[in-house]
Amino acid sequence: MNVLNTILIFAAAFLAVFGEAALPGLRHLLGAQVDLLPAIMVYAALNANLTVVAALAVFGGLAFDALSANPLGVTILPLFVVGFVIFSQREFILRKVSFAQMVLGTVASAVVPVLTVLLLLTGGKEPMLGWGSLWQWLVMTAGGAVATPVIFALFDWGHRAFGYQPRTETSFRPDREILRGRN
Amino acid sequence: MFKQKNYLALGAVTLVALLMFSLPPRVTGRLKLAVGSLFLPLIGLAGTAQQLPVATADAVLSRRELLQLTENLRRENDQLKVAALQADATARENNELRAALGWQRRMPWRLKLANVVLRDPANWWRTVEVDLGSRDGVVENLPVLTADGLVGRVVSVWPTHSQVVLIGDPNCKVSALVENPAHDTGIISASGPLDNSLVELTYLSGNAILKSGQGVVTSGLGGVFPKGIPVGQVVDARPVEFGLYSEARVRLSANLGALEQVWVLVP
Repeated sequence: MNVLNTILIFAAAFLAVFGEAALPGLRHLLGAQVDLLPAIMVYAALNANLTVVAALAVFGGLAFDALSANPLGVTILPLFVVGFVIFSQREFILRKVSFAQMVLGTVASAVVPVLTVLLLLTGGKEPMLGWGSLWQWLVMTAGGAVATPVIFALFDWGHRAFGYQPRTETSFRPDREILRGRN
Repeated sequence: MFKQKNYLALGAVTLVALLMFSLPPRVTGRLKLAVGSLFLPLIGLAGTAQQLPVATADAVLSRRELLQLTENLRRENDQLKVAALQADATARENNELRAALGWQRRMPWRLKLANVVLRDPANWWRTVEVDLGSRDGVVENLPVLTADGLVGRVVSVWPTHSQVVLIGDPNCKVSALVENPAHDTGIISASGPLDNSLVELTYLSGNAILKSGQGVVTSGLGGVFPKGIPVGQVVDARPVEFGLYSEARVRLSANLGALEQVWVLVP
């Protein structure tokens, strides 16, 4: 993919993290904030190279942890694990199909918070957990499922808006030209 | 070759993550500041966007409403002046009595208004970021409150902003006492992740007599929070560990879900 795609992916990750911290609407409504980084990671894993996937995991993870009380870097590995697995299997995935995007978004959004919390517990931290966490996990998973096809559509729109349009082939063929008049 | 590249990427990212974990807290704090400062322009924009509807509403308010508002504020100001005079007299008396008993004089606290600019994007922490930092005199562990009651304490400070850990987060434990005849003391600790208006008051005496509606204030023990800041009201209580001690659910006075402006207590 081209540089535009990489720029769009990083810009989306940056804005997603900021939006999650600055817009508490969903948190008030549903009791949990939806994380968009796994959905963006799904897009990156299906449409970019492994270097971009790794860089997104590092950049997105650091940005998320910088605005959170998480220890810095704890979100990097969960994001990369999800991106790496999807990237290594992407030849078998129908990436243009919305249902496939939704399923991948569901799995990614379910796995990333679980792995992050496991890493936090392994590191001796005490995150706020309880029965309500199950509801929050469901909201995050469902939110990721809905957000993934939307993110794919937004990226497509971004490509159409900012990228070069492919040159269309002309139907004119000089060897089929009917020449009128006498030579 | 393809697989080798995959493993190289996996190894590199794992190495970066491990490196981050093993860094000392001071370096991690600086890195957080560096990454977090990328968001500063957006924080400024968000602040302006938040103030825009208020400014627009102010601009279209009628003169009659403004006069009514001014009159109400003048009346409230007069009442507060009288209350402040009473408080001054009480403080003077308190200082004289403390001096007579040889106790250390209690230093008055100053309040600094801060805007809440960001919330923790992770669902398993309860923190907010405010727009006051070390250049405004903020240091770690300063109490943060609203007019309704205690909100939390400052946990990390950067030059232009600070992170505040809210009550109910596992990292914000507060020593509090119940306003009952026995003044039972307990610890405000982590609550459930969903309802941020309720917290647990634990390690209360087993024979504490707790009733719904009793006030809970900071006890002053621990040295972080001054005594007497309202925390909330007792909702219900139950014995724990076969009556060895009691626990109570406390409904917080401050609405943590709708924080926009908070006060930082600066010594």
